[in-house]
Amino acid sequence: MTMVVDARGVGKVFGSGVDAVQALADIDLVMETGDFVSLIGPSGCGKSTLLRLVADLLEPTSGELLVNAKTPSQARLDRDYGMVFQSATLLDWRTVRKNVELPLEIMDFAAEERSRRAEEMLDLVQLDSFADHYPWQLSGGMQQRVAIARALAFQPSLLLMDEPFGALDEMTRELMQQEVLRLWGETGISVVFVTHSIPEAVFLSRRVLVMTPRPGRISSEIAIDLPPERDLSTRESPRYFELITEVREALRRGES
Amino acid sequence: MSEPAGKTSSSRFVWGGLSILTLIVVFVGLWEGYKFVWTALEWTEPVDPSDRVLPHTWDIVGALFQPAQRNGPILLFVEVKAAIFTLREALVGFLIGGSIGFWLGVFFVRSRTAERAFMPYVVASQTVPILAIAPMVVVWGGKLDIPQWLTVSIIAAYLTFFPVVINTMRGLRSPQPTTVELMRSYASSPRETLWKLQVPAAMPYIFTALKVSAAASVIGAIVGELPAGFRGGLGRDLLQFSQQFTAAPEKLFASVIIAGLAGMVFVGAVTLVEHRLVAATRRQST
Repeated sequence: MTMVVDARGVGKVFGSGVDAVQALADIDLVMETGDFVSLIGPSGCGKSTLLRLVADLLEPTSGELLVNAKTPSQARLDRDYGMVFQSATLLDWRTVRKNVELPLEIMDFAAEERSRRAEEMLDLVQLDSFADHYPWQLSGGMQQRVAIARALAFQPSLLLMDEPFGALDEMTRELMQQEVLRLWGETGISVVFVTHSIPEAVFLSRRVLVMTPRPGRISSEIAIDLPPERDLSTRESPRYFELITEVREALRRGES
Repeated sequence: MSEPAGKTSSSRFVWGGLSILTLIVVFVGLWEGYKFVWTALEWTEPVDPSDRVLPHTWDIVGALFQPAQRNGPILLFVEVKAAIFTLREALVGFLIGGSIGFWLGVFFVRSRTAERAFMPYVVASQTVPILAIAPMVVVWGGKLDIPQWLTVSIIAAYLTFFPVVINTMRGLRSPQPTTVELMRSYASSPRETLWKLQVPAAMPYIFTALKVSAAASVIGAIVGELPAGFRGGLGRDLLQFSQQFTAAPEKLFASVIIAGLAGMVFVGAVTLVEHRLVAATRRQST
Protein backbone atom coordinates (compact mmCIF):
# COMPACT_ATOMS: atom_id res chain seq x y z
CA MET A 1 0.00 0.00 0.00
CA THR A 2 1.36 3.42 -0.92
CA MET A 3 1.44 5.99 1.80
CA VAL A 4 -0.58 9.16 1.30
CA VAL A 5 1.88 11.07 3.42
CA ASP A 6 5.34 9.82 4.24
CA ALA A 7 7.52 12.25 6.18
CA ARG A 8 10.89 11.27 7.60
CA GLY A 9 12.95 13.64 9.69
CA VAL A 10 11.29 16.67 8.11
CA GLY A 11 12.36 20.10 9.39
CA LYS A 12 11.60 23.64 8.43
CA VAL A 13 13.69 26.73 9.17
CA PHE A 14 12.37 30.19 8.36
CA GLY A 15 14.92 32.87 7.55
CA SER A 16 18.66 32.44 7.82
CA GLY A 17 21.65 33.39 9.96
CA VAL A 18 20.86 34.96 13.33
CA ASP A 19 17.21 35.51 12.34
CA ALA A 20 16.68 31.85 11.57
CA VAL A 21 13.70 30.29 13.33
CA GLN A 22 13.37 26.55 13.57
CA ALA A 23 9.64 26.01 13.00
CA LEU A 24 9.66 22.24 12.68
CA ALA A 25 12.18 19.55 13.60
CA ASP A 26 12.37 15.77 13.13
CA ILE A 27 8.83 15.25 11.93
CA ASP A 28 8.01 11.62 11.20
CA LEU A 29 4.52 11.12 9.88
CA VAL A 30 3.26 8.12 7.96
CA MET A 31 -0.32 8.06 6.77
CA GLU A 32 -2.09 5.22 5.01
CA THR A 33 -4.83 5.77 2.46
CA GLY A 34 -8.13 6.47 4.18
CA ASP A 35 -6.54 7.57 7.45
CA PHE A 36 -7.84 10.53 9.42
CA VAL A 37 -5.08 12.29 11.34
CA SER A 38 -5.41 15.41 13.47
CA LEU A 39 -2.51 17.68 14.34
CA ILE A 40 -3.11 19.44 17.62
CA GLY A 41 -0.99 21.82 19.61
CA PRO A 42 -0.74 25.38 20.92
CA SER A 43 -0.43 28.33 18.54
CA GLY A 44 3.02 28.52 17.03
CA CYS A 45 3.74 24.80 17.30
CA GLY A 46 4.09 24.53 13.53
CA LYS A 47 1.00 22.46 12.82
CA SER A 48 -0.12 24.77 10.00
CA THR A 49 3.44 24.86 8.71
CA LEU A 50 3.48 21.07 8.54
CA LEU A 51 0.22 21.11 6.61
CA ARG A 52 1.69 23.67 4.20
CA LEU A 53 4.75 21.48 3.63
CA VAL A 54 2.47 18.60 2.62
CA ALA A 55 0.58 21.01 0.35
CA ASP A 56 3.81 22.30 -1.22
CA LEU A 57 2.88 25.83 -0.19
CA LEU A 58 6.19 25.77 1.72
CA GLU A 59 9.31 23.71 1.19
CA PRO A 60 10.99 21.65 3.91
CA THR A 61 14.58 22.60 4.71
CA SER A 62 15.54 19.10 5.80
CA GLY A 63 14.32 15.53 5.74
CA GLU A 64 12.30 13.65 3.20
CA LEU A 65 8.64 14.21 2.43
CA LEU A 66 6.53 12.24 -0.02
CA VAL A 67 2.87 12.70 -0.87
CA ASN A 68 1.32 9.74 -2.72
CA ALA A 69 4.91 8.50 -3.21
CA LYS A 70 5.74 11.70 -5.12
CA THR A 71 7.42 14.95 -4.21
CA PRO A 72 4.89 17.38 -2.71
CA SER A 73 5.36 19.63 -5.71
CA GLN A 74 4.51 16.83 -8.13
CA ALA A 75 1.51 15.89 -5.98
CA ARG A 76 0.32 19.50 -6.15
CA LEU A 77 0.76 19.61 -9.92
CA ASP A 78 -1.18 16.33 -10.14
CA ARG A 79 -3.93 17.91 -8.01
CA ASP A 80 -3.69 15.13 -5.45
CA TYR A 81 -5.06 17.13 -2.56
CA GLY A 82 -7.83 19.58 -1.75
CA MET A 83 -7.38 22.28 0.84
CA VAL A 84 -9.76 23.97 3.30
CA PHE A 85 -8.65 27.00 5.29
CA GLN A 86 -9.94 28.59 8.48
CA SER A 87 -11.67 31.29 6.45
CA ALA A 88 -13.83 29.91 3.69
CA THR A 89 -11.87 31.92 1.07
CA LEU A 90 -14.82 31.91 -1.31
CA LEU A 91 -14.64 34.37 -4.19
CA ASP A 92 -17.43 36.80 -3.38
CA TRP A 93 -18.17 37.68 -7.02
CA ARG A 94 -19.00 34.07 -7.80
CA THR A 95 -22.17 32.23 -6.87
CA VAL A 96 -21.90 29.15 -4.67
CA ARG A 97 -22.10 26.94 -7.77
CA LYS A 98 -19.40 28.95 -9.56
CA ASN A 99 -17.18 28.79 -6.49
CA VAL A 100 -17.38 25.01 -6.47
CA GLU A 101 -16.62 25.03 -10.19
CA LEU A 102 -13.52 27.21 -9.77
CA PRO A 103 -10.96 24.38 -9.42
CA LEU A 104 -12.71 22.47 -12.21
CA GLU A 105 -12.35 25.49 -14.52
CA ILE A 106 -8.67 25.76 -13.71
CA MET A 107 -8.24 22.04 -14.30
CA ASP A 108 -9.94 22.31 -17.71
CA PHE A 109 -12.96 20.16 -17.03
CA ALA A 110 -15.65 20.39 -19.73
CA ALA A 111 -18.61 22.64 -18.93
CA GLU A 112 -21.18 19.84 -18.49
CA GLU A 113 -18.82 17.86 -16.30
CA ARG A 114 -18.25 20.97 -14.19
CA SER A 115 -21.91 21.61 -13.57
CA ARG A 116 -22.59 17.93 -13.00
CA ARG A 117 -19.90 17.72 -10.34
CA ALA A 118 -20.90 21.02 -8.76
CA GLU A 119 -24.47 19.70 -8.41
CA GLU A 120 -23.18 16.46 -6.96
CA MET A 121 -20.89 18.19 -4.46
CA LEU A 122 -23.52 20.69 -3.36
CA ASP A 123 -25.85 17.75 -2.89
CA LEU A 124 -23.21 16.07 -0.78
CA VAL A 125 -22.86 19.06 1.56
CA GLN A 126 -26.65 19.63 1.43
CA LEU A 127 -26.48 23.08 -0.09
CA ASP A 128 -28.10 22.28 -3.45
CA SER A 129 -30.84 24.84 -2.84
CA PHE A 130 -28.26 27.58 -2.35
CA ALA A 131 -26.36 27.01 -5.60
CA ASP A 132 -27.22 30.42 -7.02
CA HIS A 133 -26.66 32.41 -3.85
CA TYR A 134 -23.61 34.56 -3.32
CA PRO A 135 -21.23 33.73 -0.44
CA TRP A 136 -22.21 36.81 1.57
CA GLN A 137 -25.77 35.52 1.69
CA LEU A 138 -24.69 32.39 3.59
CA SER A 139 -23.85 31.80 7.24
CA GLY A 140 -20.27 31.02 8.26
CA GLY A 141 -21.00 27.30 8.56
CA MET A 142 -22.62 27.19 5.14
CA GLN A 143 -19.68 29.05 3.62
CA GLN A 144 -17.31 26.49 5.08
CA ARG A 145 -19.45 23.67 3.64
CA VAL A 146 -19.10 25.31 0.21
CA ALA A 147 -15.32 25.41 0.76
CA ILE A 148 -15.37 21.68 1.53
CA ALA A 149 -17.52 20.96 -1.54
CA ARG A 150 -15.02 22.97 -3.60
CA ALA A 151 -12.07 21.01 -2.18
CA LEU A 152 -13.74 17.68 -2.99
CA ALA A 153 -15.03 18.65 -6.44
CA PHE A 154 -11.99 17.37 -8.31
CA GLN A 155 -11.88 14.14 -6.26
CA PRO A 156 -8.47 14.48 -4.66
CA SER A 157 -7.17 11.53 -2.65
CA LEU A 158 -6.15 13.76 0.25
CA LEU A 159 -7.99 16.52 2.09
CA LEU A 160 -5.94 19.06 4.05
CA MET A 161 -7.91 21.11 6.57
CA ASP A 162 -6.35 24.03 8.42
CA GLU A 163 -8.51 24.83 11.46
CA PRO A 164 -11.55 24.81 9.21
CA PHE A 165 -14.08 25.32 12.00
CA GLY A 166 -12.04 27.66 14.19
CA ALA A 167 -14.29 30.61 13.42
CA LEU A 168 -17.61 28.82 13.95
CA ASP A 169 -19.79 28.69 17.04
CA GLU A 170 -19.86 25.48 19.08
CA MET A 171 -23.19 24.17 17.78
CA THR A 172 -22.34 24.74 14.15
CA ARG A 173 -18.96 23.25 14.81
CA GLU A 174 -20.37 19.97 16.08
CA LEU A 175 -22.70 19.75 13.08
CA MET A 176 -19.78 20.38 10.75
CA GLN A 177 -17.70 17.70 12.45
CA GLN A 178 -20.50 15.20 11.92
CA GLU A 179 -20.65 16.35 8.31
CA VAL A 180 -16.92 15.84 7.78
CA LEU A 181 -17.10 12.35 9.23
CA ARG A 182 -19.99 11.52 6.92
CA LEU A 183 -18.05 12.83 3.87
CA TRP A 184 -14.97 10.94 4.98
CA GLY A 185 -17.00 7.74 5.22
CA GLU A 186 -18.70 8.28 1.87
CA THR A 187 -15.60 9.23 -0.14
CA GLY A 188 -12.85 7.17 1.48
CA ILE A 189 -10.58 10.22 1.30
CA SER A 190 -7.56 10.64 3.60
CA VAL A 191 -7.68 13.68 5.86
CA VAL A 192 -5.06 15.74 7.68
CA PHE A 193 -6.90 17.99 10.09
CA VAL A 194 -5.24 20.85 11.96
CA THR A 195 -7.05 22.06 15.06
CA HIS A 196 -6.51 23.37 18.54
CA SER A 197 -9.71 21.92 19.89
CA ILE A 198 -9.11 18.71 21.85
CA PRO A 199 -12.70 17.37 21.63
CA GLU A 200 -12.72 18.08 17.90
CA ALA A 201 -9.50 16.16 17.32
CA VAL A 202 -10.71 13.20 19.39
CA PHE A 203 -14.17 13.06 17.86
CA LEU A 204 -12.94 13.15 14.26
CA SER A 205 -9.68 11.28 14.11
CA ARG A 206 -8.30 7.81 14.00
CA ARG A 207 -5.03 9.22 15.27
CA VAL A 208 -4.21 12.44 17.10
CA LEU A 209 -0.68 13.78 16.83
CA VAL A 210 0.20 16.12 19.67
CA MET A 211 2.70 18.82 18.77
CA THR A 212 4.92 20.98 20.96
CA PRO A 213 6.43 24.35 20.03
CA ARG A 214 9.97 25.77 19.67
CA PRO A 215 10.83 23.90 17.59
CA GLY A 216 7.64 22.18 16.46
CA ARG A 217 7.81 18.45 17.08
CA ILE A 218 5.37 15.61 17.29
CA SER A 219 5.64 14.75 20.98
CA SER A 220 3.11 11.94 21.15
CA GLU A 221 0.64 10.00 19.10
CA ILE A 222 -2.69 8.89 20.50
CA ALA A 223 -4.71 6.22 18.71
CA ILE A 224 -8.43 6.98 18.91
CA ASP A 225 -10.11 3.62 19.45
CA LEU A 226 -13.68 4.92 19.41
CA PRO A 227 -16.10 2.96 17.21
CA PRO A 228 -15.97 4.01 13.54
CA GLU A 229 -19.62 5.12 13.55
CA ARG A 230 -19.53 8.27 15.64
CA ASP A 231 -22.47 10.41 16.67
CA LEU A 232 -23.90 12.23 19.66
CA SER A 233 -23.66 9.12 21.83
CA THR A 234 -19.95 8.98 21.10
CA ARG A 235 -19.60 12.42 22.59
CA GLU A 236 -21.23 11.16 25.77
CA SER A 237 -19.29 7.90 26.06
CA PRO A 238 -16.75 7.45 28.89
CA ARG A 239 -14.05 6.39 26.44
CA TYR A 240 -14.42 9.73 24.61
CA PHE A 241 -13.73 11.60 27.84
CA GLU A 242 -10.80 9.35 28.70
CA LEU A 243 -9.24 10.08 25.31
CA ILE A 244 -9.82 13.81 25.73
CA THR A 245 -8.03 13.62 29.06
CA GLU A 246 -5.23 11.65 27.49
CA VAL A 247 -4.72 14.26 24.75
CA ARG A 248 -4.92 17.06 27.28
CA GLU A 249 -2.27 15.46 29.45
CA ALA A 250 -0.07 14.91 26.43
CA LEU A 251 -0.39 18.61 25.59
CA ARG A 252 0.49 19.56 29.21
CA ARG A 253 3.54 17.33 29.17
CA GLY A 254 4.64 19.05 25.99
CA GLU A 255 4.36 22.48 27.56
CA SER A 256 6.47 21.79 30.62
CA MET B 1 -31.60 39.58 3.52
CA SER B 2 -31.81 41.82 0.45
CA GLU B 3 -34.41 44.56 0.08
CA PRO B 4 -36.80 44.52 -2.86
CA ALA B 5 -34.74 46.01 -5.63
CA GLY B 6 -37.52 47.92 -7.43
CA LYS B 7 -38.56 49.89 -4.41
CA THR B 8 -35.04 50.86 -3.36
CA SER B 9 -33.95 51.95 -6.82
CA SER B 10 -37.04 54.10 -7.44
CA SER B 11 -36.91 55.75 -4.02
CA ARG B 12 -33.18 56.26 -4.49
CA PHE B 13 -33.98 57.96 -7.79
CA VAL B 14 -36.48 60.31 -6.14
CA TRP B 15 -34.08 61.11 -3.31
CA GLY B 16 -31.26 61.69 -5.79
CA GLY B 17 -33.43 64.10 -7.77
CA LEU B 18 -34.54 65.94 -4.64
CA SER B 19 -31.03 66.33 -3.30
CA ILE B 20 -29.75 67.67 -6.63
CA LEU B 21 -32.66 70.12 -6.76
CA THR B 22 -31.98 71.24 -3.18
CA LEU B 23 -28.33 71.75 -3.99
CA ILE B 24 -29.16 73.90 -7.02
CA VAL B 25 -31.60 76.01 -4.98
CA VAL B 26 -29.04 76.48 -2.19
CA PHE B 27 -26.31 77.38 -4.68
CA VAL B 28 -28.48 79.90 -6.55
CA GLY B 29 -29.58 81.34 -3.19
CA LEU B 30 -25.97 81.84 -2.04
CA TRP B 31 -24.91 83.33 -5.36
CA GLU B 32 -27.80 85.78 -5.55
CA GLY B 33 -27.67 86.47 -1.80
CA TYR B 34 -23.99 87.37 -2.10
CA LYS B 35 -24.72 89.70 -5.00
CA PHE B 36 -27.61 91.36 -3.13
CA VAL B 37 -25.84 91.89 0.21
CA TRP B 38 -22.49 92.94 -1.26
CA THR B 39 -24.22 95.40 -3.67
CA ALA B 40 -26.34 96.86 -0.87
CA LEU B 41 -23.30 97.35 1.40
CA GLU B 42 -21.10 98.44 -1.52
CA TRP B 43 -18.49 95.79 -0.75
CA THR B 44 -16.19 94.66 -3.57
CA GLU B 45 -14.05 92.12 -1.72
CA PRO B 46 -13.32 89.27 -2.31
CA VAL B 47 -15.34 89.36 -5.53
CA ASP B 48 -16.98 92.38 -7.11
CA PRO B 49 -20.73 91.62 -7.13
CA SER B 50 -21.40 93.67 -10.27
CA ASP B 51 -23.11 92.02 -13.24
CA ARG B 52 -19.87 92.29 -15.26
CA VAL B 53 -18.02 89.98 -12.90
CA LEU B 54 -20.74 87.95 -11.26
CA PRO B 55 -23.74 87.87 -13.59
CA HIS B 56 -27.19 86.92 -12.31
CA THR B 57 -27.89 83.19 -12.35
CA TRP B 58 -30.90 83.77 -14.61
CA ASP B 59 -28.72 85.72 -17.03
CA ILE B 60 -26.30 82.79 -17.17
CA VAL B 61 -29.11 80.35 -17.87
CA GLY B 62 -30.62 82.92 -20.25
CA ALA B 63 -27.35 83.14 -22.18
CA LEU B 64 -27.73 79.45 -23.02
CA PHE B 65 -30.92 80.24 -24.90
CA GLN B 66 -29.60 83.21 -26.87
CA PRO B 67 -27.77 82.90 -30.19
CA ALA B 68 -24.04 82.50 -29.65
CA GLN B 69 -23.37 84.54 -32.77
CA ARG B 70 -25.64 86.83 -34.75
CA ASN B 71 -28.24 84.78 -36.64
CA GLY B 72 -26.61 81.56 -35.32
CA PRO B 73 -28.09 78.75 -33.23
CA ILE B 74 -28.58 79.26 -29.49
CA LEU B 75 -25.55 78.89 -27.21
CA LEU B 76 -26.96 75.77 -25.51
CA PHE B 77 -27.11 73.99 -28.86
CA VAL B 78 -23.59 75.10 -29.83
CA GLU B 79 -22.11 74.09 -26.51
CA VAL B 80 -23.88 70.73 -26.25
CA LYS B 81 -22.57 69.95 -29.72
CA ALA B 82 -19.09 71.05 -28.63
CA ALA B 83 -19.42 68.95 -25.46
CA ILE B 84 -20.32 65.85 -27.48
CA PHE B 85 -17.33 66.50 -29.72
CA THR B 86 -15.01 66.86 -26.72
CA LEU B 87 -16.56 63.86 -24.96
CA ARG B 88 -15.80 61.73 -27.97
CA GLU B 89 -12.12 62.73 -27.82
CA ALA B 90 -12.17 62.18 -24.07
CA LEU B 91 -13.74 58.73 -24.47
CA VAL B 92 -11.07 57.59 -26.93
CA GLY B 93 -8.38 59.00 -24.63
CA PHE B 94 -10.02 57.30 -21.66
CA LEU B 95 -10.04 53.95 -23.46
CA ILE B 96 -6.40 54.31 -24.55
CA GLY B 97 -5.24 55.54 -21.14
CA GLY B 98 -7.37 53.01 -19.27
CA SER B 99 -5.98 50.08 -21.28
CA ILE B 100 -2.39 51.27 -20.97
CA GLY B 101 -2.92 51.86 -17.25
CA PHE B 102 -4.41 48.40 -16.72
CA TRP B 103 -1.67 46.55 -18.60
CA LEU B 104 1.09 48.57 -16.94
CA GLY B 105 -0.46 47.66 -13.60
CA VAL B 106 -0.50 43.96 -14.55
CA PHE B 107 3.08 44.18 -15.79
CA PHE B 108 4.33 45.88 -12.62
CA VAL B 109 2.56 43.42 -10.33
CA ARG B 110 3.99 40.53 -12.33
CA SER B 111 7.54 41.87 -12.26
CA ARG B 112 9.01 43.65 -9.27
CA THR B 113 12.05 44.51 -11.39
CA ALA B 114 9.90 46.26 -13.97
CA GLU B 115 8.08 48.09 -11.20
CA ARG B 116 11.31 49.32 -9.67
CA ALA B 117 12.73 50.27 -13.06
CA PHE B 118 9.76 52.09 -14.56
CA MET B 119 7.50 53.20 -11.73
CA PRO B 120 9.56 56.35 -11.01
CA TYR B 121 9.05 57.49 -14.61
CA VAL B 122 5.34 56.82 -14.42
CA VAL B 123 5.18 59.00 -11.31
CA ALA B 124 7.43 61.65 -12.88
CA SER B 125 5.19 61.79 -15.94
CA GLN B 126 2.39 63.06 -13.74
CA THR B 127 4.36 65.89 -12.20
CA VAL B 128 4.99 67.47 -15.60
CA PRO B 129 2.10 69.90 -16.18
CA ILE B 130 -0.26 68.85 -18.93
CA LEU B 131 -0.07 72.42 -20.28
CA ALA B 132 3.60 71.82 -21.11
CA ILE B 133 3.03 68.42 -22.66
CA ALA B 134 0.00 69.30 -24.78
CA PRO B 135 1.73 71.59 -27.34
CA MET B 136 4.50 69.03 -27.86
CA VAL B 137 2.04 66.24 -28.52
CA VAL B 138 0.13 68.48 -30.94
CA VAL B 139 3.30 69.33 -32.87
CA TRP B 140 4.52 65.71 -32.95
CA GLY B 141 1.06 64.51 -33.92
CA GLY B 142 1.02 66.99 -36.79
CA LYS B 143 4.42 65.82 -38.03
CA LEU B 144 3.29 62.18 -37.90
CA ASP B 145 0.03 62.96 -39.75
CA ILE B 146 -2.09 61.77 -36.86
CA PRO B 147 -5.61 63.20 -37.06
CA GLN B 148 -5.94 66.20 -34.80
CA TRP B 149 -8.75 64.72 -32.68
CA LEU B 150 -6.53 61.73 -31.96
CA THR B 151 -3.69 63.91 -30.67
CA VAL B 152 -6.24 65.45 -28.32
CA SER B 153 -7.24 61.93 -27.24
CA ILE B 154 -3.60 61.10 -26.58
CA ILE B 155 -3.34 64.12 -24.30
CA ALA B 156 -6.50 62.96 -22.54
CA ALA B 157 -4.97 59.47 -22.24
CA TYR B 158 -1.91 61.00 -20.58
CA LEU B 159 -4.10 62.26 -17.73
CA THR B 160 -6.07 59.04 -17.60
CA PHE B 161 -3.61 56.20 -17.25
CA PHE B 162 -1.94 57.07 -13.95
CA PRO B 163 -4.77 56.48 -11.47
CA VAL B 164 -5.55 53.25 -13.32
CA VAL B 165 -1.96 51.98 -12.94
CA ILE B 166 -1.90 52.68 -9.23
CA ASN B 167 -5.31 51.22 -8.45
CA THR B 168 -4.89 48.21 -10.72
CA MET B 169 -1.72 47.35 -8.83
CA ARG B 170 -3.45 47.74 -5.47
CA GLY B 171 -6.40 45.71 -6.66
CA LEU B 172 -4.34 42.87 -8.11
CA ARG B 173 -2.50 42.62 -4.80
CA SER B 174 -5.69 42.76 -2.73
CA PRO B 175 -6.63 39.04 -2.51
CA GLN B 176 -5.97 37.47 0.90
CA PRO B 177 -2.82 35.33 1.15
CA THR B 178 -4.94 32.22 1.77
CA THR B 179 -6.85 32.82 -1.47
CA VAL B 180 -3.53 33.03 -3.30
CA GLU B 181 -2.51 29.76 -1.58
CA LEU B 182 -5.79 28.23 -2.68
CA MET B 183 -5.01 29.03 -6.32
CA ARG B 184 -1.53 27.61 -5.84
CA SER B 185 -2.99 24.42 -4.40
CA TYR B 186 -4.91 24.01 -7.68
CA ALA B 187 -1.59 24.38 -9.55
CA SER B 188 -3.21 27.34 -11.30
CA SER B 189 -1.14 29.04 -13.99
CA PRO B 190 -0.22 32.71 -13.42
CA ARG B 191 -2.56 33.64 -16.27
CA GLU B 192 -5.47 31.78 -14.73
CA THR B 193 -4.79 33.28 -11.32
CA LEU B 194 -4.74 36.71 -12.95
CA TRP B 195 -8.10 36.36 -14.71
CA LYS B 196 -9.98 34.25 -12.20
CA LEU B 197 -8.75 35.79 -8.97
CA GLN B 198 -6.72 38.99 -9.26
CA VAL B 199 -8.63 40.89 -11.93
CA PRO B 200 -12.10 40.22 -10.46
CA ALA B 201 -10.74 41.17 -7.04
CA ALA B 202 -9.29 44.35 -8.52
CA MET B 203 -12.52 45.49 -10.18
CA PRO B 204 -13.73 47.78 -7.37
CA TYR B 205 -10.28 49.38 -7.24
CA ILE B 206 -10.09 49.76 -11.01
CA PHE B 207 -13.52 51.35 -11.19
CA THR B 208 -12.59 53.87 -8.54
CA ALA B 209 -9.67 54.86 -10.75
CA LEU B 210 -11.83 54.87 -13.88
CA LYS B 211 -14.17 57.40 -12.30
CA VAL B 212 -11.28 59.72 -11.50
CA SER B 213 -9.91 59.09 -14.98
CA ALA B 214 -13.22 59.80 -16.69
CA ALA B 215 -13.29 63.29 -15.20
CA ALA B 216 -9.58 63.79 -15.93
CA SER B 217 -10.00 62.70 -19.53
CA VAL B 218 -12.54 65.49 -20.13
CA ILE B 219 -10.07 68.03 -18.68
CA GLY B 220 -7.32 66.49 -20.80
CA ALA B 221 -9.42 66.77 -23.95
CA ILE B 222 -10.33 70.40 -23.22
CA VAL B 223 -6.71 71.32 -22.51
CA GLY B 224 -5.58 69.32 -25.54
CA GLU B 225 -7.82 71.37 -27.81
CA LEU B 226 -6.28 74.65 -26.68
CA PRO B 227 -2.71 74.82 -28.11
CA ALA B 228 -3.73 74.27 -31.71
CA GLY B 229 -6.96 76.23 -31.36
CA PHE B 230 -8.69 73.05 -32.46
CA ARG B 231 -12.27 73.91 -33.50
CA GLY B 232 -15.47 72.13 -32.65
CA GLY B 233 -14.85 71.25 -28.99
CA LEU B 234 -15.36 72.94 -25.65
CA GLY B 235 -11.72 74.02 -25.33
CA ARG B 236 -11.74 76.72 -27.97
CA ASP B 237 -15.12 78.07 -26.86
CA LEU B 238 -13.98 78.31 -23.25
CA LEU B 239 -10.85 80.13 -24.38
CA GLN B 240 -12.83 82.48 -26.59
CA PHE B 241 -15.43 83.26 -23.92
CA SER B 242 -12.76 83.88 -21.33
CA GLN B 243 -11.25 86.46 -23.66
CA GLN B 244 -14.70 88.04 -23.99
CA PHE B 245 -15.27 87.84 -20.25
CA THR B 246 -15.47 91.58 -19.57
CA ALA B 247 -18.01 92.08 -22.33
CA ALA B 248 -20.17 89.01 -21.73
CA PRO B 249 -19.23 87.06 -18.58
CA GLU B 250 -22.43 84.99 -18.58
CA LYS B 251 -21.33 83.14 -21.72
CA LEU B 252 -18.22 81.80 -19.99
CA PHE B 253 -20.19 80.76 -16.91
CA ALA B 254 -22.77 79.09 -19.15
CA SER B 255 -20.19 77.06 -21.04
CA VAL B 256 -18.43 76.14 -17.79
CA ILE B 257 -21.74 74.65 -16.64
CA ILE B 258 -21.94 72.62 -19.85
CA ALA B 259 -18.35 71.43 -19.47
CA GLY B 260 -19.08 70.41 -15.90
CA LEU B 261 -22.20 68.55 -16.97
CA ALA B 262 -20.20 66.77 -19.68
CA GLY B 263 -17.78 65.46 -17.04
CA MET B 264 -20.66 64.40 -14.83
CA VAL B 265 -22.31 62.51 -17.67
CA PHE B 266 -19.09 60.62 -18.35
CA VAL B 267 -18.44 59.77 -14.69
CA GLY B 268 -22.12 58.82 -14.36
CA ALA B 269 -21.82 56.44 -17.30
CA VAL B 270 -18.77 54.76 -15.73
CA THR B 271 -20.64 54.45 -12.42
CA LEU B 272 -23.54 52.81 -14.23
CA VAL B 273 -21.24 50.24 -15.81
CA GLU B 274 -19.68 49.64 -12.40
CA HIS B 275 -23.08 48.94 -10.87
CA ARG B 276 -23.89 46.45 -13.57
CA LEU B 277 -20.54 44.67 -13.41
CA VAL B 278 -19.39 44.90 -9.83
CA ALA B 279 -21.70 46.25 -7.17
CA ALA B 280 -24.66 43.98 -7.87
CA THR B 281 -22.84 40.82 -6.81
CA ARG B 282 -20.78 42.23 -3.98
CA ARG B 283 -23.11 43.75 -1.46
CA GLN B 284 -21.78 42.71 1.91
CA SER B 285 -24.29 41.20 4.26
CA THR B 286 -25.45 43.66 6.87
